[in-house]
Amino acid sequence: MDTIFEICRPGRRGFRIPEEATEGREPHGIPNEFLRKKPADLPENAELAVLRHYTRMSILNHHIERDMYPLGSCTMKYNPKMAEIAAAMPGFRDLHPWQSEEEIQGALELLVEFQERLAKVLGMHAVSLQPAAGAHGELTCLLMARKYFADRGEKRTKVIVPDSAHGTNPASATFGGFETVEVPSNDRGEVDIDALAKAVGPDSAVMMLTLPNTLGLFESRILDIARIVHDAGALLYMDGANFNAIVGQVRPGDVPFDLLHLNLHKTFATPHGGGGPGAGPIAASAALAPYLPAPMPSRSANGTYFLDEARPKSVGRVHSFLGNFGILVRAYSYLLYHGADGLREISENAVLSANYLRMKLHGEYEVAHDRICMHEVVLSGRRQKALGVRTMDIAKRLLDFGFHPPTVYFPLIVEEAIMIEPTESENIETLDRFADAMLEIAREARENPQVVKNAPHTTPVGRVDEAGAARNPNLCWSRACGPG
Amino acid sequence: MSAFVQHTDADRRAMLRTIGVSALEELFADIPESIRAKGGLPIEQGVTEPETLGKLAKLAAKNVSAASHVCFAGGGMYDVAVPAATGAIASRPEFSTSYTPYQAEVSQGTLQAIYEFQTIVARLTALDLSNASMYDGGTALAEAVILASGAREGNRVLVTPHLNPHHREILNTMLEPTGLEIVELPRSGLRTDVAAITADAQKGAVAVVLQQPNFYGALEDMKAAGQALQGATKPLFIASVDMSSLAMLEPPGAYGADIAVGEAQPLGFPMSFGGPAAGVFAAKAEYLRRMPGRIAGMGKDVHGNRAFTLTFQTREQHIRRSKATSNICTNQSLLALMATVTTALLGETGRRLAAKVSAEKAWSLSRRLTQIPGVELADPDAAFFREFAIRLPREVSPRAILRKMRERGFLAGIPLDPLPGGGRGLLIAVTEKRLWSEIEAYVTAFRAAVEAERGGARSPETVSQAAR
Repeated sequence: MDTIFEICRPGRRGFRIPEEATEGREPHGIPNEFLRKKPADLPENAELAVLRHYTRMSILNHHIERDMYPLGSCTMKYNPKMAEIAAAMPGFRDLHPWQSEEEIQGALELLVEFQERLAKVLGMHAVSLQPAAGAHGELTCLLMARKYFADRGEKRTKVIVPDSAHGTNPASATFGGFETVEVPSNDRGEVDIDALAKAVGPDSAVMMLTLPNTLGLFESRILDIARIVHDAGALLYMDGANFNAIVGQVRPGDVPFDLLHLNLHKTFATPHGGGGPGAGPIAASAALAPYLPAPMPSRSANGTYFLDEARPKSVGRVHSFLGNFGILVRAYSYLLYHGADGLREISENAVLSANYLRMKLHGEYEVAHDRICMHEVVLSGRRQKALGVRTMDIAKRLLDFGFHPPTVYFPLIVEEAIMIEPTESENIETLDRFADAMLEIAREARENPQVVKNAPHTTPVGRVDEAGAARNPNLCWSRACGPG
Repeated sequence: MSAFVQHTDADRRAMLRTIGVSALEELFADIPESIRAKGGLPIEQGVTEPETLGKLAKLAAKNVSAASHVCFAGGGMYDVAVPAATGAIASRPEFSTSYTPYQAEVSQGTLQAIYEFQTIVARLTALDLSNASMYDGGTALAEAVILASGAREGNRVLVTPHLNPHHREILNTMLEPTGLEIVELPRSGLRTDVAAITADAQKGAVAVVLQQPNFYGALEDMKAAGQALQGATKPLFIASVDMSSLAMLEPPGAYGADIAVGEAQPLGFPMSFGGPAAGVFAAKAEYLRRMPGRIAGMGKDVHGNRAFTLTFQTREQHIRRSKATSNICTNQSLLALMATVTTALLGETGRRLAAKVSAEKAWSLSRRLTQIPGVELADPDAAFFREFAIRLPREVSPRAILRKMRERGFLAGIPLDPLPGGGRGLLIAVTEKRLWSEIEAYVTAFRAAVEAERGGARSPETVSQAAR
């Protein structure tokens, strides 16, 4: 499809600036040396042309309202329309972030109420809503841990992660100033307890544990893990990417975890916008709570709300303002709507659907760990690979059936991994249709592998040459605006 | 029961039969008994959609906002015009409910939107490259300094004293593990003393960070800074810029910046109390492999047709893990899309006019306000774009002025208490949304507020002096 830079014509306008005709009536007082000499060459179009351009682009996308999006560990569930109405209320949408506390009482009240309710759902002492994404929350928590140990005069330099961890965990550890130590998983797909016991020591700062883990399994020896980590004087961190599997079933504070982050688009169904915005609230135990970011929306004794800047132990600020507020409004609406029992239903139905798919698929596909799973099931495409059909081929072939593929080649410890997360949003007919497509592809892999290997056949573009795009980088349109 | 869960009781029974268990609880058997959340979560039960929205509407109504008041506040986020068409595109579920475009074949819309955003950012900043966006302007700046700390030897970063104070706080937080010392350059009024960026000062520095316009609205001598920063091992020149100024003001590429960062919100999406925002990150080509964040590229599909894809992913955490260029995996795609669509609607002419008319109105407002006795520009020698700092009479409190202005329907600015170098003032921004009639009304209200405060402030003082 043409870019916006190819369809434009200088002189067209899609939006008029208020009182633009008064240009030049008064001076602007900016000396010439500060003024731009060479125009930026931005595209010029009328409104309808712009709308058509982006509408045509949009329909090339798969999205949750079109069909199932079983992207394991990324969790793509339905995003209620109600939340959009809430975030677009002028009292939220048009709030300026530098306004004084007396002007933003409603916003602060919302943030404080959400913090309090999240803390209760998590069983944690306190919550900060400031981090803008899950990985941002991870890094913030590691900075908190760093400061906590510095205050205690302890030099602890290592972060422990299982080999099934998300890539953000070791990356956050590096940017938090730690070294990463990896512990292996055992043949049940859980943390190898003996290896963990050997790995922890006086230099261990934090163990980052995804729960349920990225194999979709609950760590059944979680209490042993917590004991080993805490006995070594280290902190236990929950990567809450998969909290949607256990919300209402376990409160992480009861394990006890010391620190954690959530991804709001997962458990609380905020729209992910093609890769963002997200939001990555974090929670801390009583000992770590003083280190949460500042300022902290708080309630005063007289019932008014204020921004607490007086947090001497805080790691400080991690966002220009108070985080992705518009996303927090959406998530809070989801929490209010569901309430205690509703949140529990989410985890129950998500886990039920994942296990249902596991049973539908485990004949044709190898299941990495064929036991009761949580919100997602991880298959291995090993059998199909033996027939010359790779997991990537299966993923691309699913596109022809109208489905977004599952997450593939993750977790890294499963050969040819296919990680399926149906979420609680999908009904049984859709789950059956997806399972049928997967079974059909398995049959094709045996009988007609070329149709799988050459997939997709029906998408807006054919398989994209990613290596070629990296070899000959074209990251910006370089020609002048205009056709040809 | 949620309207977002579709399984009926009959479905659930059938599914449990397929799984081979008799009850839902059995699916959670791996959770140790002692930590099961028995008795339900300690929060209230759910309510219906109208009740949920009713509660949130009550909270929204407790706020005073730019929807109810005429907004002259800035400081990094601005009450800019957001075209209806921008909102219409961004609310399409194809854009809003899709995930990171891992599967390029069914994500061409998102990928092309990122590519167009990258192009617009590169053109506005006059730099070679842009990424797909970052969390916000402040975190983008921190990532830029972290990039510099990998690209240069050194243990310090030189920073303007007039950086957005929130961005400075983010640097304090995020740079702590790097061990970099943050050294403030000296100030000259409300501008940075760029003459202090000497060869000596540059020794051991990985980067020099300036902001254009700076937090107080003043225009810095970026050209002089660029000229001071020469040579293969010089510190990286990082410019934090107001993206909406760049159709009118010299871009970072023209004054030799290596990296430009900034907040994308002024390009045209709602303020939303400061988030979701979107950070801009643009750089010279030589920093491509050190860039944080997602990058989209234009390439080909197997049939040789144009196709877009995420590229240079070997920099990223899901592949490089602890050796990645950043831990970031989220960009702010939907906001970057809105900035792109608004820019496409305004075009070169509209962007330039929006900047120029705001600057003219700001200049006019500054002239009229400083005719009020005791009110003066905080740095009369500094040029500014569309935001400026004024000094108030000594006895007048900025917060009191803001309160009085609010009663007359204005969000009048940001209190500067104290101003750098002492005294008290206000930071006032004028966007392209502000009308001449609003400027007029602002001046009238402001004059009355200052006079009332002076009168009100003088009498108790006079009384106490008389008593003495």
